[in-house]
Amino acid sequence: MSPMETTAVRFGGVVEDGAVALALKERANILAMTEDAQAAVLTPREVGGFPHDMRAALAARIASLHQEEALAAAHRERIGDGGYAPLSDPAHPGTTPRDTALLSFVDKAAASPKDMASGDISALQASGMGDADIVRLCEIIAFLAYQLRVIAGLRLMGGAP
Amino acid sequence: MSEVVRKFTRTVPQWRPRVTPLKLEEASDNQLDALKVTPSNTKVSDYVLVLAHDVESLKVRSPLFNAIMYDPNGLSRAEREIGALATSMVNRCIYCAAVHAARHAALEDSTALTNALFERGADADLPPRERAIFDFARKLSETPSQASAEDMAALRDAGLDATEILDLILSAALFGWANRLMHVLGDPVRKTESP
Repeated sequence: MSPMETTAVRFGGVVEDGAVALALKERANILAMTEDAQAAVLTPREVGGFPHDMRAALAARIASLHQEEALAAAHRERIGDGGYAPLSDPAHPGTTPRDTALLSFVDKAAASPKDMASGDISALQASGMGDADIVRLCEIIAFLAYQLRVIAGLRLMGGAP
Repeated sequence: MSEVVRKFTRTVPQWRPRVTPLKLEEASDNQLDALKVTPSNTKVSDYVLVLAHDVESLKVRSPLFNAIMYDPNGLSRAEREIGALATSMVNRCIYCAAVHAARHAALEDSTALTNALFERGADADLPPRERAIFDFARKLSETPSQASAEDMAALRDAGLDATEILDLILSAALFGWANRLMHVLGDPVRKTESP
C-alpha cells in the first residue's frame, strides 16, 4: 500500500509530491504497519466482547474527543444498525451501568491518561468485563491515540495553522 | 511488600499488572507464536503476557514499535527517545519514562538532559534543538493535540528536516499508544530484594 492511501496520511491532508510526501516515502513501511494496526484493532478476527460495529462507534467517539471530526465521521459510517451509534457521541454517557462504566473509562483513558489509576480497571471488572476484554479495550483507545497524533502532526507538517 | 513508584526516575521499576496475565498453559497456538515461546525460551514478561490477551494487536505493534524507534536515517535514536520521554511525562507513565530516560542517558552518555527534565519538567533549561523537540512532543501528546504551526516552525528553525520531523511525530505518537497500555494496565513498583 502506498503511504498516500493510508488513513493517517489521507486524514492528515498530505499533498502529493511535496517535502512531506517524500519523507513519507522514506517511512512507507511504518505507514503500512500503521494501517495494519488499524485493521488489527478495529476489525480483528477475534472480537471478544467488542464487535466491529461497536469498535467503529468507540473509534468515532475517541476521534471526536480529539476534535478530528472528519475521521470520526468516517468511523461513524461503518457502525451499521446494531444499536451502537449512540456510543459514538462523546456527550452520550451510556444508558446501562455496563455502558456507563465502559464509556467513562474510554473517555478518561483517551483524554487524560495521566489520571488513570487502579480503580479505573477495577470499575470495569466490577461492571462484568473480563480481563481479556479490558486489554482489547485499552488497545482500541491506545491505537487511536497514536493514529490521531500522527494525523495531527502530518497536518502541521503540511503547513496547517 | 512493594511500593508504587510515583516520581520520575531513570531506575526502571518492576511492572505489576492490574489484570491477570495470560497463563502460558492456556495460550492458543497463535498466542504462543506471538510470544515466541519455545521449549528453550519460556521466559515472557508479565506485560507481554497481559497484551497477549489481544494477540492480533500485539503482533502488529511490536514490529511497528521497532521500526519507529530503530529504523536507520532520520532522527537520531537519542532524539527519538526525547519524543518518547516527553509523551511519557505528559501521560505520567513512570515506567515508560524510566526506560526511555535511561536509554537517552546511555545513548548520549550523559544524564544532564533527563536530570533537568525530571527536576523541572517543561520549565527545564534545554539547548535550543532539544527544547524544540521536547515542546513539540509534549504538546502533541495533549488531548486534543496542542502543537501549533509555531511549534512546527521551531523544529525547522532548530534544523530538523522533514524526515526528522516525521520521526519525532511517530515516536511521540507511539508513546501515546504505549503509555495507554503500560500506565493503564499496571503499576510501576519498586523492586524488592530477592529472598
